[in-house]
Amino acid sequence: MSGKVWKYEDDINTDVIFPGRYLHLLEPSEMAEHAMEDLDSEFAKGVTKGDVVVAGRNFGCGSSREQAATCLLHSGVSTVVARSFARIFYRNAINLGMPIIVSDTIPDKVSPGDEVEIDLGGGRFTNVTTGEVIEFDPLPEFVLEIVNVGGLIPYTKRKLGLEDD
Amino acid sequence: MGRTIAEKILSRASERDATVGDIVMAKVDRAMSHDNAGLVSKTFGRIGVPHVWDPERIVIPIDHRAPANSIKTAEGHKLIRTFVKEQNITNFYDIKEGICHQIMPEKGHVAPGELIVGTDSHTTTYGAFGAFSTGIGATEMACVWATGELWLRVPSTYKITVKGEFPAGVFAKDLILYIIGDLRADGADYRAVEYHGPTMERMSVSERMTLCNMSMEMGAKAAIVPPDPKVEELLEGKMERLYTPVHPDEDAEYERTLEYDVSDLEPQIACPHAVDNVRAVGQVSGTRIDQAVVGSCTNGRLDDLRITADILWGQKVHRDTRLIVIPASREVYLEAMNEGLIQTIMEAGGVVINPGCGPCLGAHQGIMADGERCIASTNRNFKGRMGSPDSEVYLASPATVAHSAIDGVIADPREVVR
Repeated sequence: MSGKVWKYEDDINTDVIFPGRYLHLLEPSEMAEHAMEDLDSEFAKGVTKGDVVVAGRNFGCGSSREQAATCLLHSGVSTVVARSFARIFYRNAINLGMPIIVSDTIPDKVSPGDEVEIDLGGGRFTNVTTGEVIEFDPLPEFVLEIVNVGGLIPYTKRKLGLEDD
Repeated sequence: MGRTIAEKILSRASERDATVGDIVMAKVDRAMSHDNAGLVSKTFGRIGVPHVWDPERIVIPIDHRAPANSIKTAEGHKLIRTFVKEQNITNFYDIKEGICHQIMPEKGHVAPGELIVGTDSHTTTYGAFGAFSTGIGATEMACVWATGELWLRVPSTYKITVKGEFPAGVFAKDLILYIIGDLRADGADYRAVEYHGPTMERMSVSERMTLCNMSMEMGAKAAIVPPDPKVEELLEGKMERLYTPVHPDEDAEYERTLEYDVSDLEPQIACPHAVDNVRAVGQVSGTRIDQAVVGSCTNGRLDDLRITADILWGQKVHRDTRLIVIPASREVYLEAMNEGLIQTIMEAGGVVINPGCGPCLGAHQGIMADGERCIASTNRNFKGRMGSPDSEVYLASPATVAHSAIDGVIADPREVVR
């Protein structure tokens, strides 16, 4: 996966990622229109498929609203890299099949707009703009298994012996 | 080695001897969803299982945007009402009943030792009853509805011991704000918290709910008070099923042990736009406010309305301030009416609205305009939380909110609570 970087600070909460006033929306495409609305009004307009959100500590803190992960995924974001994640956001992203990367190094090595490439299985993050390559720890095996089948719904269907979508 | 409450409950729920770091498949005792049950039901439909695993164990209250604030919300609520009928889910509480975290224990859906999941981050509230309860997302809940289980990593535990008597005008809300300010917004991320000590034993279950509810704001996966006779008393007559209270072993292993003494604690306030941006109220007193809110799953119970009415009795809300009061549930509302609290609050100029989440999450019933400022007994003050991204929310105890509503500025409740 590859795209450009959107870079943010520590403690980015789910209210600014997806404001409560839009919680009545049920369609992911509509949710995506409001992604990051209270944090960065340029995001929803400028994000393109494959882009990567890079942030500091405790990304996705606050509400359990899955729409925070859904709106990013459907806006085209391929992965979120952060120094750490709030636990519910972490689960929501994985359950939707969106890989996330925990890294203390990557946030220091990218600037907004940098072009980056990620080799998820190989644990390699390349900043194409600067030429720097950073290694990261892959997700735990059990968690990766959920991401690899496309999220918790396909995972559960398999477990129950039901056909995939 | 001894076990913490989290280890014991998750061991029981996963039918294995589980310790910190293990990933277990756990069977849940209760699964709660609120307005987002509409979203969950759509996702559930994609799994392809015709029926939920156990309709008796699913609880759905409508509280976040109740009554419906838009056509889209109304459509979402309609989806839920159809789904609960189709699936024979009888523990459905329509807009009249109140906030999910209040009615879960009121209606007997919470018991000591149980594993409860909810599609709301403040599901940690039920730890006040000795349950391991935690928030999950909509997709995960859809899978719980299908299978009755989910994966959980067994968390390590922080043991927090609380000592001392609260000074007049200082409450459980001030304590949890102080702890969050101390440990920060991610200070307990992925951890369970156990609250111990003489102050916890003296606290009412309602006050313990305030603590467990807001422990989520420092990232806690679960926050648990060892259950005692006060909990059992409260559940008497509400519970048909048997339950087994769970206590930690004497030699349980804790990742951290912390101690707080409330004897000298001052009223606390979380300033915009982060819950861990906590100061003593005195440091921001005099700050002008446009709106004051008493309510929410954190502080909308009878004791909160009592202190609010006590402070408002014979007083008037400041002419430039709007006071909105939201009883947490119908039961709380009725009891508050019986006690004359609603009359006192309304005579003082407060607006008492229907039980539910009110303006806490910024969907309706008290949205703020650009540049406006609110003091609230709620649980989050993120940018845009209660309306415009250019408005501000300060979080404090109901006493601080009520006293500030009269003065029209942030004010220390110790001036009036003796």
